Amino acid sequence: MNMKHIISILLENESGALSRVAGLFSARAYNIESLTVAPTDDETLSRMTLVTSGTEEIVEQIMKQLNKLVDVVKLIDLTVNEHIERELMLAKVQATGEARSEVKRLADIFRGHIIDITDTTYTIELTGTGEKLDAFLTSLSSIKIFEVVRSGAIGISRGEKSLTS
Amino acid sequence: MELTGAEIVVQCLIEEGVDHVFGYPGGAVLHIYDAFYKQDKIKHVLVRHEQAATHAADGYARSTGKPGVVLVTSGPGATNAVTGIATAYMDSIPMVVLTGQVPRPLIGNDAFQEVDAVGITRPVVKHNFLVEDVKDLAMTLKKAFFIATTGRPGPVVVDIPKDITAFKTDFMYPREIKMRSYCPTIKGHAGQVKKALEHILDAKKPMIYTGGGVILSNASEDLVTFTQTLGAPVTNTLMGLGAYPASDKQFVGMLGMHGTYEANMSMHNCDVLIAIGARFDDRVTGNLEKFCPDATIIHVDVDPASISKNVKVDVPIVGDVKQVLTEFNNQLSKNDRRIDSAALEGWWSQINEWRAQNCLKYDHDSGTIKPQFVVEQLHEVTKGDAFVTSDVGQHQMFAAQYYGFDKPRRWINSGGLGTMGFGMPAAMGVQFAHPDETVVCITGEGSIQMCIQELATCLQYGLPLKIINLNNRYLGMVRQWQEFFYEKRYSMSYMDSLPDFVKLAEAYGHVGIRVEKPEDVRQALEDAMTKYKDRLVFIDFMTDREENVYPMIPAGAGLNEMILI
Repeated sequence: MNMKHIISILLENESGALSRVAGLFSARAYNIESLTVAPTDDETLSRMTLVTSGTEEIVEQIMKQLNKLVDVVKLIDLTVNEHIERELMLAKVQATGEARSEVKRLADIFRGHIIDITDTTYTIELTGTGEKLDAFLTSLSSIKIFEVVRSGAIGISRGEKSLTS
Repeated sequence: MELTGAEIVVQCLIEEGVDHVFGYPGGAVLHIYDAFYKQDKIKHVLVRHEQAATHAADGYARSTGKPGVVLVTSGPGATNAVTGIATAYMDSIPMVVLTGQVPRPLIGNDAFQEVDAVGITRPVVKHNFLVEDVKDLAMTLKKAFFIATTGRPGPVVVDIPKDITAFKTDFMYPREIKMRSYCPTIKGHAGQVKKALEHILDAKKPMIYTGGGVILSNASEDLVTFTQTLGAPVTNTLMGLGAYPASDKQFVGMLGMHGTYEANMSMHNCDVLIAIGARFDDRVTGNLEKFCPDATIIHVDVDPASISKNVKVDVPIVGDVKQVLTEFNNQLSKNDRRIDSAALEGWWSQINEWRAQNCLKYDHDSGTIKPQFVVEQLHEVTKGDAFVTSDVGQHQMFAAQYYGFDKPRRWINSGGLGTMGFGMPAAMGVQFAHPDETVVCITGEGSIQMCIQELATCLQYGLPLKIINLNNRYLGMVRQWQEFFYEKRYSMSYMDSLPDFVKLAEAYGHVGIRVEKPEDVRQALEDAMTKYKDRLVFIDFMTDREENVYPMIPAGAGLNEMILI
């Protein structure tokens, strides 16, 4: 069965490391739902979070193939254990007439923040799991959405278990 | 000591014990070529096309176990090398390829002879580097050799911008290297080794299936000990031929699409399969759903990603083949228990029935030159001890089936990528590494023309290669498939307007011989080996036009569903 997996990867902060990972996924026809990468507290390392889906066998191959990349220092499938997932979304929506108060109410319910206002628009910042962000967008079904930007998921395991070099 | 980048490149190669570099000069590597000119420790071999440089370095590596080294210029130099890099990658051959790059300030400006060599080669290398500072050059080259030769070997590309080769810096070659992100597992897990041995000793119908990994790991002797201690049948993949002596009675031949009937039937019917340094390639397994239906599968491989990739494995052992085989042998020597002899006897009598099919028989009375006959005669004339390279197609399969390799590193072919044009340049690399040995290239009139220009290189360096051209005036393997599966619609498989290969060989300064009758085969081969011992001899054998490679597993079939002649 195809399951969603969040894979966290520590990789050398070298030019080209990102394209090695992206190239691996396209060359082997693996699916990438989202991918984020940024430096860590150790400037020689980047941390990448990759959301993919596939059968158990495919995800096992993905993990092995990623591990084989020379730039990959360590990786973990966060979904195997307890973990926290967060994604950031910015949504710019129409805020005129009744929608102006309705959007504010919905943003409050989802613990979002309105971070920019014009006469006709609100821009809402919202963090949470991918499912929460999806739910927020669904709740806006009667509102005109101008633009949605999502960061892709990042994640961390719970407790003392850490992904470090 | 302050050296230029170019001098550092040469010094690093010397430190790594490199004795041959195969390459072709060009603008971006002129500083490096100048540094080569000023030294005499490394021989630079000038090929006629960069693809040949990579194949030659590859042949050198396969026949010696040492990394092959290539030097080419930027742009087209790098792109021409890609086929050879991919060939080495697919067969896990250690190679270091140095590509020139335009000076750093020009990178990204679509400069003359600029390509993103790191980007282009990324999917076909074990790793690659762009050197961005002359201070990193020595360490990068050290890493390149380290990565290319350890774990599962493979090609590593180092892209060096021209300005880096002119800058000076203090040179000190690093003695040791440790990379936090790269540490292959070498020693097999003791618990898994024990578990595997229990399965093996419980087997009633064991089967040993080994691949190129045994050769790469220099573990042939250990494999022989292991196989003979167990008394089990053994098969080798196309890449693994020679790892176990073909003339030994426990050897059941090559397996797979054009493997022997006995090898494939033994695979299909075994109860414990011991896979060592092999990767369950689709040309080996046939239809995966029908593969080894009753077997407990043990898999030894240095690359964890090869395990359970195509076939689900019951006992995986990640480790270097030689280490694990040594451990198997140690455990067996401490333990008197062996596979049940009555069961083993029954298994062998079954295998011998399959063997009695004599699946490699062919027509000896056709009056035409059968390619199989040429290969068998070659085996006799060279006493089975030549280095044999091949190209890709029917001749490759005939060579694999009929030469009978008794030693590792004697059979050199492009198994994974299937690169036509590989044979002759690979043979050049082998001959440079083994100047006193007989080096034969078994080829066809299609493949040989893909790197024919290397006849000039052979003349320049006096390489006495023996080229066996099995000339059937067809792209034979393509024609065979068109005969079987496309109702003989021979679309583009006919080689019209072939050159006169005898004249061609002579034009390049070599000896050319044409053989048209079966009774002349032996004499031509003997002349090539003795009368013209020190010359390159190109023998153009006019073979039976429509001979097919048998036996064969058609696409979608299982190993027990072979087409026999």
